[in-house]
Amino acid sequence: MSATIQTLEPAAEQPTRLPPQMTSRLDGELLEVSMGPQHPSTHGVFRMNVALEGEIVRKLKPVFGYLHRNHEKIGENTSYLGSMPYTDRLDYFCSMTNNWAYALSVEKLAGIEVPERAEYLRVILAELTRLQNHASLLGFLLSDMGAWGTPLMYAFREREKILDLFESLSGSRMMCDYMRFGGCRVDAGVDWMKLAKKIVDFFPRFLDEFENLIVENEILIARTQEVGKLSAELAINAGITGPMLRACGVNYDIRKVDGYGFYPRFKFRVPLGEHGDTYDRLMMRVLEMRESIGILKQAFEQIPAGPVMNPKVKIRAFRPPVGEAYGRIEGPKGELGFYLISDGGTNPYRYRVRPPSFINLTVLEDLCLGHTVADVMVILGSVDIVMGEVDR
Amino acid sequence: MSEIDEGLRSELQRQGIWVTSMQELYNWGRKNSIWPLQFGLACCAIEMIATAASRYDIARFGGEVFRPSPRQADLMIVAGTVTKKMAPQVVRLYNQMPDPKYVISMGACAISGGPFKTGYNVLKGIDRYIPVDVYIPGCPPRPEALLHAFMELQRKIDSQKLTGSEKATHLDSTQPSEFPVPSFGAHDLEPPANPDVFQPPKIERT
Ligand code: SF4
Repeated sequence: MSATIQTLEPAAEQPTRLPPQMTSRLDGELLEVSMGPQHPSTHGVFRMNVALEGEIVRKLKPVFGYLHRNHEKIGENTSYLGSMPYTDRLDYFCSMTNNWAYALSVEKLAGIEVPERAEYLRVILAELTRLQNHASLLGFLLSDMGAWGTPLMYAFREREKILDLFESLSGSRMMCDYMRFGGCRVDAGVDWMKLAKKIVDFFPRFLDEFENLIVENEILIARTQEVGKLSAELAINAGITGPMLRACGVNYDIRKVDGYGFYPRFKFRVPLGEHGDTYDRLMMRVLEMRESIGILKQAFEQIPAGPVMNPKVKIRAFRPPVGEAYGRIEGPKGELGFYLISDGGTNPYRYRVRPPSFINLTVLEDLCLGHTVADVMVILGSVDIVMGEVDR
Repeated sequence: MSEIDEGLRSELQRQGIWVTSMQELYNWGRKNSIWPLQFGLACCAIEMIATAASRYDIARFGGEVFRPSPRQADLMIVAGTVTKKMAPQVVRLYNQMPDPKYVISMGACAISGGPFKTGYNVLKGIDRYIPVDVYIPGCPPRPEALLHAFMELQRKIDSQKLTGSEKATHLDSTQPSEFPVPSFGAHDLEPPANPDVFQPPKIERT
């Protein structure tokens, strides 16, 4: 990126309504382009109305709602347990962490204890989810950049191995529906643990291979460094969380801050970026995967035997006491929270999701202004959105 | 699927002569290079990508060329929940595809609304607006199921006739190749279903 692009005027000074005669000319005038909802990039049905000056983005207006599936309304009309499978379909890459966040808020609401082994299993599954989410994100991001094929194939090869683990444990590849209030649905056997250990031990080799491919790749550096810079101040003000916030150098990881689950028992570091650009966001994912592998290895060693379900919990016809609760976890995309209000009935009175990717998407315009239209897709990829969660 | 006598054909093959018919050749070519539209809607799209990716590798069946443009695509895999906001674009994309074109309705959502059927914004099945060739149940269907659907579609293409009264719909000039795009009405899509395409079974109540 040349320096001139960085010094362009901010969006607010552009005319807000485009005169019709300006939309068809390219001689320095603005051209309105609608990107999406069907678009070759692999980010779902998301539409952006972009005003371009030549190739440079001057204005960007996201249009949501193409995948609005009434998740919250359905959650209010379903029993507490009945909402669990719906949470799988929020962020369909990370069903395990969605389950955990929901289970956590219900447990907070009803004051349920979770057995030790179940907590460990939850950590293991959440970190496995993080691995496969970040791996596939890297694949998608690179394919958006034009490296169609190879990176995505490599990433999905690894993802399939982790999905096999999920499938043998929960019965489904993607929609696991595995956690319950007060524990987990089934226990993981000895064979499962062995296989999981093997896959986790093998994972760094994939990361090395992938890093070799990408980290010093000149094209990648040219396309990502200094592209889509986010300042720490704006990130904090906009409520950005997850790897995107940490790429700006803000040390905020809910695993450390809240210490939910058994995370305080594990030794791990929180990788931080410096520049907040797309390259940092990308590398943040790679570094986080390395930390996740460390957590997984510790968890495999520490996991005790025992029950995985709190026997006192009555899951069917479950009626938590009147009250409200907000449970949050550090999902692969950021802070994933569920806010529940109970009126003592079998359904929640209010059911609200705090979707990380939706809130991370709010700064998209600030990231894209002044960059070329080809960079928009790369920036969008580095935000890591899943439309199921954005629109709900 | 051929009109050529099998005995004669194998007899000729033994002499080093391979005979075929125009229809056979045409269908053989078409069925082994189906280009799907690169178009995902929701969770099922991830399984569609998984089908195209390393392990399941749809390229074995000649379907790996995902085209981003409907103008170059033969097959539309409706993978995911079709919301009422999205339905007009799906129909428009279908209309933009050149004939012959096929539709696979992947997953419970695209068939009937699936788990989100009670939602006010969810279309209860894409077959209300466009004709669907293969339905795959599942939430999401496994990649193997999508491959099976793909093979079913290949079988269907293979059996299509070029001439005669049963000739394929895309060769029949009386059959429409485009369908009206629904518009946003006051409460629902207008019309809520296209009666030319969608005839729900009449349930007889006694
Ligand atoms: S059928 Fe299931 S997996 Fe597929 S889009 Fe619908 S909810 Fe998602």
